[in-house]
Amino acid sequence: MDAASLIEIVIAHGPHIVRVESSNVPAVSAPREGYADLLQWLRDDERLRFDLLLTHTAIDWPDRDCFELVNVLYSTVHGHYLTVSLEIPRSNPIAPTASFIWPIAHWQEREAYDLFGVLYDNHPDLRRLFLEDDWVGFPLRKDYRDEYMLERPVWP
Amino acid sequence: MSKTFYIESISDRAARSLDVSIWWTLGHLAIALLTVSLLVVFLGFGLIWLERKIAAHFQCRLGPNRVGPFGIFQTLMDTIKLLLKEDIVPFRADKVLHLFAPFLALATPVLILGVIPYGPLQQIADVSIGVLFVSAVGGFGVMGILVGGWSSNNKWSTIGAMRAGAQIISYELSATLALLVIVLFSGSMKLSEIVASQQDGWWVWRAPGVGFLAFSIYLISSTAEINRLPFDIPEGESELAAGFHTEYSGMRFSMFFLAEFINMFVAAGLAATLFLGGWMPFHIGDWSSFNAVMDLIPPVAWFSMKAFFVIFVIMWVRWTFPRLRVDQLMHLEWRFLLPIGFANLIVASLIALTNLYFFPLAGR
Amino acid sequence: MAVTVRNLDEVLQSTPASENPLATEEYFVNMGPQHPIAHGSLRIVLRLDGETVKEVIPVPGFVHRGVEKICENFTYRQIVTMTDRLDYLSALMNNWLVAKTVEKAAGIETNSRIETIRTLMAELQRLQSHVLWWGVLGMDLGAATAFMYGFREREIISELFEETIGARLTMNYIQPGGLMYDIHPNFVSRAKKVIKHLKRVIGEYETLLSNNIILQERFRMVGILSPERGIALGCTGPVIRASGVPYDLRKIEPYGVYGDVDFNVVIGQRGDCWDRYYVRMIEMHESIRIVEQLLDNIPMGPYMTLRYNMPIVVPKGRYYEQIETARGAMGVFLVSDGESEKPYRWHFRSPNFNNLWAVTEITPGWRIADIIAILSSFDLVIPDIDR
Repeated sequence: MDAASLIEIVIAHGPHIVRVESSNVPAVSAPREGYADLLQWLRDDERLRFDLLLTHTAIDWPDRDCFELVNVLYSTVHGHYLTVSLEIPRSNPIAPTASFIWPIAHWQEREAYDLFGVLYDNHPDLRRLFLEDDWVGFPLRKDYRDEYMLERPVWP
Repeated sequence: MSKTFYIESISDRAARSLDVSIWWTLGHLAIALLTVSLLVVFLGFGLIWLERKIAAHFQCRLGPNRVGPFGIFQTLMDTIKLLLKEDIVPFRADKVLHLFAPFLALATPVLILGVIPYGPLQQIADVSIGVLFVSAVGGFGVMGILVGGWSSNNKWSTIGAMRAGAQIISYELSATLALLVIVLFSGSMKLSEIVASQQDGWWVWRAPGVGFLAFSIYLISSTAEINRLPFDIPEGESELAAGFHTEYSGMRFSMFFLAEFINMFVAAGLAATLFLGGWMPFHIGDWSSFNAVMDLIPPVAWFSMKAFFVIFVIMWVRWTFPRLRVDQLMHLEWRFLLPIGFANLIVASLIALTNLYFFPLAGR
Repeated sequence: MAVTVRNLDEVLQSTPASENPLATEEYFVNMGPQHPIAHGSLRIVLRLDGETVKEVIPVPGFVHRGVEKICENFTYRQIVTMTDRLDYLSALMNNWLVAKTVEKAAGIETNSRIETIRTLMAELQRLQSHVLWWGVLGMDLGAATAFMYGFREREIISELFEETIGARLTMNYIQPGGLMYDIHPNFVSRAKKVIKHLKRVIGEYETLLSNNIILQERFRMVGILSPERGIALGCTGPVIRASGVPYDLRKIEPYGVYGDVDFNVVIGQRGDCWDRYYVRMIEMHESIRIVEQLLDNIPMGPYMTLRYNMPIVVPKGRYYEQIETARGAMGVFLVSDGESEKPYRWHFRSPNFNNLWAVTEITPGWRIADIIAILSSFDLVIPDIDR
C-alpha cells in the first residue's frame, strides 16, 4: 500500500484527522476526541494492522503552546509505517494512554513523562524513569533551565 | 612378592612416648601442629598459583608472571595486600559470628588434613574410624558458610548460605555412599588400612565397574561439596554478587578462599587415598622389575601425583563448564546420583561377597 | 481529571499481600546497580519468594546523560560523536544511522564505495558485538573461559578497526556524506585473515558452550517470548527473530549495499533463551558471508562527498529512519525547523530500551539464576537504555 492510499484510509476513519505535510513517513494528526479509539482501530483494522509501536515521544512547541505527542507505528504484517500525532496544551498536558493497546507504550510514556512532564491518564504505573523521583522540572522542555546547565557559547 | 608396610602415625608415636616423657609427647604434638600449619600455608600458596596458571592455560593467556619466576610469589603479595586491607563488619551484622565464621569454614578441612596418610610414615593421626571421621567433619563444613552468610545481614549472603546448606547436605549423602563402597571392599574404616589393602591394585579398577562408578560419584559430589564450578551456586558471582562472602573483606575473605582450596586438596587427597591407592606405587601384577622401578619413587610423591591429578581434573572442569541452576543441582543429586549410589553399593556388596576382583587379594 | 504520579517507594510498598495463609514472606532484593549482571549500571528490583521471582522492576537511569537534549544543541556532525556513546558495541551502526537520516533528509548523495565500506564496517562491528556478547554470556553463566575467548576475538577485530579508524570503541567514522577516512591499504588483506580466523574460532565456540549440556539445560524452554507478545512489547533484533518474526531491516528495507549481497535472516522457533542464543551464533556466520562477498568488491571512488566544513541544513520537516544494529532496530525521530544546522528535536528509538521491557514480562515465575540467563540472552547495553 502506498502512502497516499494509507493516509486516505486513516483520514476517512474519523473527522479532524489531518495529514501532516513534510514528513518522510506517512503522518497524520489526530484530534483529542477519540484518540485512544483511533489507535486501537489502527492496531486492529485488517488493512492496517499497526502492531509494532516503534517509538512514542513528544515535541515541545513553546510558540504554539503545545506538546505534540508522536507515535511511530509499523505493521509487521503489511510492512508500512505511520506517524500519529496529538497536540495537547502545555498548561494542562494530560493525554490518554496507549499502554493498553501496545504494552511497550507503558515505558515509552513513562519516558515522555520523565522528560516532558506529559501526564497520561489511566497509565498503570506513571513515575519517573531515568531521573530521580525528586527531580524538579522536565529537562527536554525548551524552557527548562538548570543551575548546572552550561550555556553553549554562540559561535560566530 | 608383596611386602607389608608398617604404618605409624605421629599420634601413635605420641601415645607410645607417654611412658617415656611428657616432653616427647608434647614435642610430637608440636610437630603435628607445625606440619599442618606449614601444609596449609603451602597448599594455600601452591594451589592458588596452580589454579591461576591452569586457568591461564585454558584461557590462552600467561597467568601471573611478574613476581618471582613464573609468578610464584604473586599469591604471597596478594596475601600481604589482603592483610593490609580494612576488615569491614557490616552495619547491624552479628559481629561475633561474622568474625568467627571464616575460621569455622577453615577449621573443617584442616581437621581432615590430619588424618590423611601422605605416606607410610607421614600421617598425623591414624583414626580407626577414619572414613566416618572424614564424613562427619566434612559435613560440618557447611556451618562456616551458613554462619557467615547468616551473620552478614545481607539478603544475597543469606540466599547464598541457604543454597549452600541445601547443596552441601544433599551431596554429602552421595559422597558418603561412594566412600562406603571402598569400606566394603577393604573391610576397614582406617585410612591407613584402606591404603594398605590397595597394594595389589587400586580400588578404582580392582573393584570391577563399581569402583570406577564410585570414584565418579565421589568426584562429582565432592566437587559440589566444596562449592566449585559447575556447582558454585552458593557464591555464583554473577547471580548472587558473591553469595555468602559478599560482605567479607580483607583477610577474612581470603580465609573463605583458603578454605575452598584446602577443601579441594582434602577432596582430592581422599579420592587418591580411597580410590587411587593413596601413597602406594603403581604396580602391575608380576612385572617385578617394573614394580621395583616404581618403588623407587617415594610414597609421598606418589600421593602428591595422584592428589594433584584429581585437583587438575577438578580445575579443568572448573574452567570449562557453566554453572548449574539450583533446581537442576538438586535433581542431579536426588534423581541421579543418589539412586545410582545406592544401586552401586548393592552391586558392590554382591561383588565383595563373591570375591569377584580383577586382582584377588594376596592374603585371601 | 487528575493523574496520579507515584515514586518507587510507593510502588514497593503497595505490593499486595498474598492471599494464601501458608505463603512464605516475600522480600525485595536489589540486583544492581553494582552487580555483576548489571553490565554497566542497571538497577533491577526483584520481588522474590525464596528463589522464585515474583516481579521484576527495572530502574534504569544511572547512565542517563540527556543525550537528546545535548543533540538539540549540536550540529549533525557533532551528533555522530554522541551515538558512539549510546550502544557502544554498535558504534559504527549508530554513526551510520545519523548519516543515513541526515543524508535522506538533506538529499545528500553518496557513492557505492562509501556504501560498501559502511556495510563492511557495520557487519564487522556486528561480528565484534556478537563475539563479545558470547563471551559475556559465558561469564554470566559461570564459564569464565568463554569470556576470555570472546575478548580475544573482539581484540582482533578492534585492531582491524584501529588500523583504519584510529579508534577502538568510539569510532566517529561514518559521517553524513561519507566516511571520516579512507580504508587503510592493509584493510582488505587483514580483514580476510580475521575472517578466516573467526570462521575457525566460531566452531570452537560451539564446542565450548553450545554443545555443553549444562548450557542447553539452562537455556532450553526458559523465558519463552511468543511472537505476538514480542511485537506488542516492541522487541526487535535477534530477540524478536528468535521468536520467529523475520523482522530484519537489512532484508525488508535494504540500505547500504545489503540489497546486493546474499545473506539469510535467521529466525528461531520457540523464542526461548536457547533460540536467542543460537540465532546470534548463526548470525555470526551470516555476517561473515556478507563480509566475504564484499571484501573483494569494494568499488573505487571518493570516500567523502561533502567538504567537512560545509554546513548541513536539513529542510523543514520530520523524519524517521531506522537501522539494524546488533541488538535490533535503532531509530531516529528528527524534527528540523529548516533554518539552523541543529535539529529542533532529536529522539533516539533505542532497541535495548524496548527490549528490556520484555524482560519484566517473561521473568516472573522463573528463578534468580534464570533471570541471569534471560538477561544474558537479551544482550542489553545499558548506556543505550539510559541515553
